[in-house]
Amino acid sequence: MAEFFQMGGYAAFVWPSYALCALVLWLNWYIPRKQHEKELRQLKRRHKVERK
Amino acid sequence: MFLWFHKLGSPPHFYRIAGKWIPWLTWIFLALVIAGLYGGLILAPPDYQQGESYRIIFVHVPSAWMSMFIYVAMAICGVVIIVWRMKLAEVVLISSAPIGASFTFLALVTGSLWGKPMWGTYWVWDARLTSELILLFLYLGIIGLHNAIEDKRVAARAVAILALVGVVNIPIIHYSVEWWHSLHQGASLTKFDKPSMPPSMYVPILIMALAFQVYYALALFHKCRVELLQRERNSKWVEEL
Amino acid sequence: MSSRLSLGQAFVFLLRRDLLLALRNRAEYAMPLLFFVLVITMFPLALGAIPELLARIAPGIIWVAALLAAMLSLDSIFRSDFDDGSLEQILLSAHPVAILVLAKVSAHWLVTGLPLLIVAPLLAEMLGMSAQAQPTLLLTILIGTPILSLVGAIGVALTVGLRKGGIILSLLVLPLYVPVLIFASSAIDNAAMGFDVSAQIYMLLAFLLLSVSLSPWATAAALRMSAS
Repeated sequence: MAEFFQMGGYAAFVWPSYALCALVLWLNWYIPRKQHEKELRQLKRRHKVERK
Repeated sequence: MFLWFHKLGSPPHFYRIAGKWIPWLTWIFLALVIAGLYGGLILAPPDYQQGESYRIIFVHVPSAWMSMFIYVAMAICGVVIIVWRMKLAEVVLISSAPIGASFTFLALVTGSLWGKPMWGTYWVWDARLTSELILLFLYLGIIGLHNAIEDKRVAARAVAILALVGVVNIPIIHYSVEWWHSLHQGASLTKFDKPSMPPSMYVPILIMALAFQVYYALALFHKCRVELLQRERNSKWVEEL
Repeated sequence: MSSRLSLGQAFVFLLRRDLLLALRNRAEYAMPLLFFVLVITMFPLALGAIPELLARIAPGIIWVAALLAAMLSLDSIFRSDFDDGSLEQILLSAHPVAILVLAKVSAHWLVTGLPLLIVAPLLAEMLGMSAQAQPTLLLTILIGTPILSLVGAIGVALTVGLRKGGIILSLLVLPLYVPVLIFASSAIDNAAMGFDVSAQIYMLLAFLLLSVSLSPWATAAALRMSAS
């Protein structure tokens, strides 16, 4: 198990690579989602104001 | 069939359909990633020459492929924008840009991290690295130009022109630098040749590549939906949401 | 622009107008050239004036400086026309905009690229570049600088309507300049070592032909979009 994490001594290169990938992919998913929620909130608010 | 495609081009339809597909795409992506990582990190044996560090290949190669694929997709959108002025093409182009730039960035960084233990250096000015770097600049230029122009429909046309001009650039740079070095016959370059890899190695790469393709679709759909909402704020179908 | 003028006459008219404007604004056009000289001068100062080093990197320095100077000068192609409304006149004319664009770009090149033919060899000599590379240097500048003007025009056309256009212009245009840089400096390098340079020169000529035939249209499309 420890051997797996060590990656034959290259751990400092392999794991950051995967971690960075995971981070970037997550960000490209997360940021649009947050923007989407914000848009929907703003639209709802406008809709309420207009109906009044 | 054509009618379905035509319907898909309309923003409200695309918004709905994309919304429905996203959960499916997400699960498929996760399944593929887990399969790919399992195959690559656990099943595949260590490389004879490079030991364990070669495992970076399972994210590096798919990232590089995606960086090029997405740019070509953007160029195709560019053609559609200029010829047919299709709104959805505008949205797809600009939504793809950050994703493509991300993959280019990942390709460069993972390549760097792979290069250091293997070839002793984080960077070398060979054909692939240099053209990948230029590709990153092209992506950033597209994003920058789009941000700078107020009217988004005008911005879309500008970016379409830029994407098309840039796509001509890519093969030129890639082949020119390659050619230049072989002409120069100076420093010996360690160009990474892909020797025939055993299936245990290239299958996970393909799975990861497929996973990244699915990811592109789902990230694209997310971004497109947001873009559509922002652009069509005042239109009727958005009100009805 | 009256359609009583034939296309050829319109081309010449626009060319002469731009040249005349340049002549009257000599200072504005001299600055990129001065910048070119300054940038090149900084390298020996920064790197310590070691002759062998300078001679080896001279081709690269000269061409990078040429790129930067070209970028500085690009703004002049369309900005003043955009500002005073003549750009719209050009777009409205009965003649194909692409040809008129070609006239303006030609004027730009005559004023900014051609002077390099005189100045660059002097600087190359100062950097200690070997004499046998000089003809190649001149050839690459002759072929390469029109490409810089043509391709740069696309970038200017895309950004002329923007407030901070200049900054984005650099970001857009530099990646497109890279192939010219690669082949031009490689050609001079090879010439300095006595190798054959025909391959690089042919590639540069190919780029030139590609730019002359395609960039005016792209520029025209971008102008229409910018002026809208």
